[in-house]
Amino acid sequence: MSFIVLEDVRRVFHQGRPDELTAVAGVSLSLAAGAVTVLRGPSGSGKTSLLALVGGMARPTSGRITLDGHELTSLPERFLTEVRRRTFGFVFQQFHLVRGLTVLENVMLPATPLGIPRAELARRAAAHLDRLGVGHRAGARVDWLSGGEAQRVAIARALVNNPRVVIADEPTAHLDSKLSLEFLEIVAGLKADGRTVLIASHDPLVFEAGLVDRTITFRDGRVEADTR
Amino acid sequence: MIVNPAVIALVGGSAAGGALLLVAAAHGVAVLRGWDLGSGSQRQLELERRTYLVSTLLGFTLAFELLSLFLFVFTADALAPQFTGAMCAAGSLQASPYGYPVLLLKLLDAVLAGLWLILDHADKQGYDYPLIRVKYAALLLLAPPALVEAGLQAAYFAGLRPEVITSCCGSLFGEGGRGLGADLASLPPALAGGGLAAVLLLALGSALVFLRTGRGALATGLLSAAALPVALAAVVGVISPYVYELPTHHCPFCLLQREYHHLGYPLYAALLLGSVAGAGVALLAPFRATPSLAEAVPALQRRLARLALAGLGVFGALSAFVVLASGLRM
Amino acid sequence: MTARAWLERQRALLDFTLASLGRRPGKNLALLLVYALVVFALASTLLFTAALRREAALVLRGAPDVVVQRLVAGRHDPIPAAEVARLASIRGVSAATGRRWGYYFDRGSRANLTVQVPPAWWGGDGEVVVGEGVARARRAAPGEDFPMLAASGHFIHLRVREVIPADSALVSSDLVLLSDGDFQRLFGDDPARFTDVALTVPNAREVPMVAEKVVKLIPQARAITRAELQRTYESVFDRRSGLVVALLATAVLAFAVVAWDKAAGLSAEERREIGVLKALGWETSDVLLVKLQEGAVVSLLAFAAGVLAAYAHVFLGSAWLFAAALKGWSTLSPDYRLTPDVSPLELTTLFFLSVVPYTVATVVPAWRAATADPDEVMRS
Ligand SMILES: Nc1ncnc2c1ncn2[C@@H]1O[C@H](COP(=O)(O)OP(=O)(O)OP(=O)(O)O)[C@@H](O)[C@H]1O
Ligand SMILES: [Mg+2]
Repeated sequence: MSFIVLEDVRRVFHQGRPDELTAVAGVSLSLAAGAVTVLRGPSGSGKTSLLALVGGMARPTSGRITLDGHELTSLPERFLTEVRRRTFGFVFQQFHLVRGLTVLENVMLPATPLGIPRAELARRAAAHLDRLGVGHRAGARVDWLSGGEAQRVAIARALVNNPRVVIADEPTAHLDSKLSLEFLEIVAGLKADGRTVLIASHDPLVFEAGLVDRTITFRDGRVEADTR
Repeated sequence: MIVNPAVIALVGGSAAGGALLLVAAAHGVAVLRGWDLGSGSQRQLELERRTYLVSTLLGFTLAFELLSLFLFVFTADALAPQFTGAMCAAGSLQASPYGYPVLLLKLLDAVLAGLWLILDHADKQGYDYPLIRVKYAALLLLAPPALVEAGLQAAYFAGLRPEVITSCCGSLFGEGGRGLGADLASLPPALAGGGLAAVLLLALGSALVFLRTGRGALATGLLSAAALPVALAAVVGVISPYVYELPTHHCPFCLLQREYHHLGYPLYAALLLGSVAGAGVALLAPFRATPSLAEAVPALQRRLARLALAGLGVFGALSAFVVLASGLRM
Repeated sequence: MTARAWLERQRALLDFTLASLGRRPGKNLALLLVYALVVFALASTLLFTAALRREAALVLRGAPDVVVQRLVAGRHDPIPAAEVARLASIRGVSAATGRRWGYYFDRGSRANLTVQVPPAWWGGDGEVVVGEGVARARRAAPGEDFPMLAASGHFIHLRVREVIPADSALVSSDLVLLSDGDFQRLFGDDPARFTDVALTVPNAREVPMVAEKVVKLIPQARAITRAELQRTYESVFDRRSGLVVALLATAVLAFAVVAWDKAAGLSAEERREIGVLKALGWETSDVLLVKLQEGAVVSLLAFAAGVLAAYAHVFLGSAWLFAAALKGWSTLSPDYRLTPDVSPLELTTLFFLSVVPYTVATVVPAWRAATADPDEVMRS
C-alpha cells in the first residue's frame, strides 16, 4: 500500500534568476507504510531537499505529493504545518537542540503549541526519554550532553507527538561506529512500532544495515537506482 | 488649539492606527491581486505569510481604537473646565462640531475591526482560505473611516477655543436643549426603557432560538446590531438618570467616573461585546454553504451567539439592577 | 480548539516566552531599562502636572468669584476705597471687600514674596505670619525678628508670629501676612486705596452679568472671574506639560527606533532557535504569538516599573527632578507633598505615548522573524 506518493516532484531554488538551481528534478516515488527507506547519493544530490518536501517543510515548485491519498501540495502553510506535526518527526543532522533549555523541555517543544496540559505532556516526554535510555538526564541542560545522548534526546523529541513517519537527515554523521550501531537499534525499535522511517545518509553502515527495506540512490536531483 | 499630553497621545495614536490600517490595506491589495492558492510559488507563500501580519495589525487596531475611544472621553472630560458652561466630556465634545462625529467614528472603527476579526477567524478555519477575497475587500473599507477619524480628531483639537461657551451635560442632554443628545434625553423614559427591553429580549430570544435550532442567524445579527444604538439611546434616556438619581442628568459619560463606581466600563464593554458578537452570527451566515467551512462556521456562529447572549444579558441585567436599586422613581 | 486547550496553549507558550527572555538577560535588560526610563520621564511629567492642576483647583476654590482691578493707561493702579461701596451695590453681588497685597523682592534670599493683608487678620501690628518657604529662606522661626525694607528706605522690624505649615501646598509657601497698618508702612500706600476688590457672587450664573456691570460702572476697571482664572491656569499647565511631552517625543521616537532595531536585529542564535521551532512543527502564528508575548511582557514590566518609579518621584520625592523647571513662579521650593492620585486619563495617555509606539515599532520585525522558512535548519 503506498503511503506517501510523489509524482514528478521538482524543487527549484531562485527560480527565474541567474543563479537558478534545480535541487530535485522530477522525482516520482511511492513509499510504503512501515518500511525503512534510505536515500543515498553524493553531496548536493538533493537528498535533504527531498526530505524537506516529503516532510511538508517546503512546497514543491511543481508536481504532487500525497499522504494517505490526501494531497499536501496545495495546502496552505498553516494546514501543512498541522499535518506535518501530527505525521512527521524529524531528527536533524546537527540535532538542533535548543540551548539553555533542559532535556525534558526540549523534548516537549514540538507539542508546546498544541494545548496539551503540561503535566501530561511532561509525562509523555519522560516516557520517551526512558525508553531511549536517557531518562536520567531529563533535568540537565542540553548544552552538556554527549553526542550520543544528544541524538537520543533529538529522537525522543521527534517522537513526542507520536508521528507515523520519522525522518532523519544524516543521523550518523557525528557518531562513531558504536553509537551508529546503537542508532540502528533504535531504528529497529521504531520499525517494530510500525512507524515508517526515512533516512538520508551516505554512510555505508546505514544503507547496508539489514533492517533497511529499500535504498534509493540519488544523483543531480534524480533517482539513479532503487533497490529493495 | 489645545495641546496637552493626552491630545498629543490621541493625535499620535490615531496617526499610528491609521498607518497600521494603511499598511494592512497595502498588503491586502497585494494579496487580492496576486493570490493563487494552486501555485506553490515563492510569491504565493509570501502572500500567505502576509495574511498573518494583516491579522495581527487588525488585532492591534481593534485594541488601539477601543482604548483611544476611552482616552478621547477622558480627555474631553478633563478639558471641560476650560469651556464656560461645560462640566464634563459632554460639554467639551459639544464645543466643536467635530466632537461627536469623532466619537462615533471611533466607535464605528472598533466595531468594524471586531467584525473583520470575526471574518478573519472564520477564514482561518478553512483549509483553502475560502474568505480571502471577501476579507481583503472588506479590509479596504476599514481604512477610510479610520483616516477620516484621525483627521477630524486633529481638527477637533486644533479648532477648540477655550473661551467658547458650550452647554454642560445638564443642558446638552437635558430636556430643554436641541440636537440629538437632547432629543434622546427627552424621550419618555417608558418608551426608551421599553424599547431597550423589547430589543434586548428579542435579540436574546433569537440567539437562544439560533442555539437550539440553528435558525434565525440573520434575525440574531440584526437585532444584536440594533441593540447597540437602541441601548446607547436608552443609557441617555433612562439608565443615566437612575444611576445619578437625578431625573435631569442624562450624561452617558459621567457613568465612567469613580462617583458611580465606574459602572460605565462593564456596561459599555458588555454591550459592545454582545452587539458585535451577535452581528457576527449574521455576518457568517452566507458562508455556511462554503464547503471548507461547513463545519467550522456553524460552530463559530454558536460560540458567537453564546457570547452575544452573555454580553447582552449582562448589559440587560446591569441596567435592570441599576433601575431597580436606584432611589429615583420616574 | 476548546477553550481549555486554548488556555493551555497560551500558558505553554508564555512559559516558553518567559524562559526565552530569561535566557538572554543582557539584551532584554538593556531594552527594559531604556523603556522604563522613557515611561518614567513621561509618567513623571503627567503625574506632576495633574497633581499641580489639582492643587491649583484647590487654591482657586477659595478664590473670590470676581476680582476687580483698576487699570490706568494699561497699568495696574490702586482702586479708591469709595468704589467698594458702589461695587457692593451691583445686583447679584452679596459682598465687596477691598484687598491689599503686593510682591516684595527679598534681596537676602533673592526670592519674590507675596505680601498680603488677610481678610481677617488674627495677629497684631508689628507681627507677620509667613509661609513655610519664606521661613526656610530667611531662617525665621516664630518669635524672631523679620526685617523688611520699606518704601521710605528704612527697615521696619516685624516679628514672626507663626509659620504656615507646608502641607497647604505650593501657593502659600511664599506668603507673608501682616496687618493693614504695617502693609501701608511697608509699601507707602495711600490708606484710601486698595490693591483690588473682591466680589462675592452667590449665584454662579450671574457672574458674567456682574462682570459686565462692573466695567459699565467703573470704565477703567477690569473684572477677572474665577472661571477665567481657572481656565488660564488650566491652559498654562496644559501647554507646559504638552511642551515637555513634545520634547520627550523625540526620546520616544529614538526609543521606538531602538526597539525596532532590537526586534529586527536578531542574533544568529535567536534566528537558529526560531528556525528549529518552525522545523519542529511550530506554526507561524505560534512563533508570532511568542514574539508578541515577549513584547507584552517587556512592555508590562517597563510600564509598571516606570509608573511606580514616577509615582515615588512625584508624590514621595516631591518631583525633585524638575519641580523647579515646571513650577517656575517662585524660587522658594517648599517641602510640600503633592496629594497622590493617578487617574485612568494619565495611565491611558501614558500607554499611548509608550506602549503603542513600542508595539508599532516591533510588530513588523516580529512577523518577519516568525515567517522564517521551516526547512532553513536543514540546510547546513
Ligand atoms: N535554500 C537553498 N537555496 C539555494 N540552494 C539550495 C538551498 N537548499 C539547497 N540548495 C542547493 O540544492 C542542492 C541540493 O542540496 P541538498 O542539501 O538537498 O543536497 P544533499 O544531497 O542533502 O547534500 P549533502 O549530502 O551535502 O547534505 C545543492 O546544490 C544545494 O546547494
Ligand atoms: Mg543534506
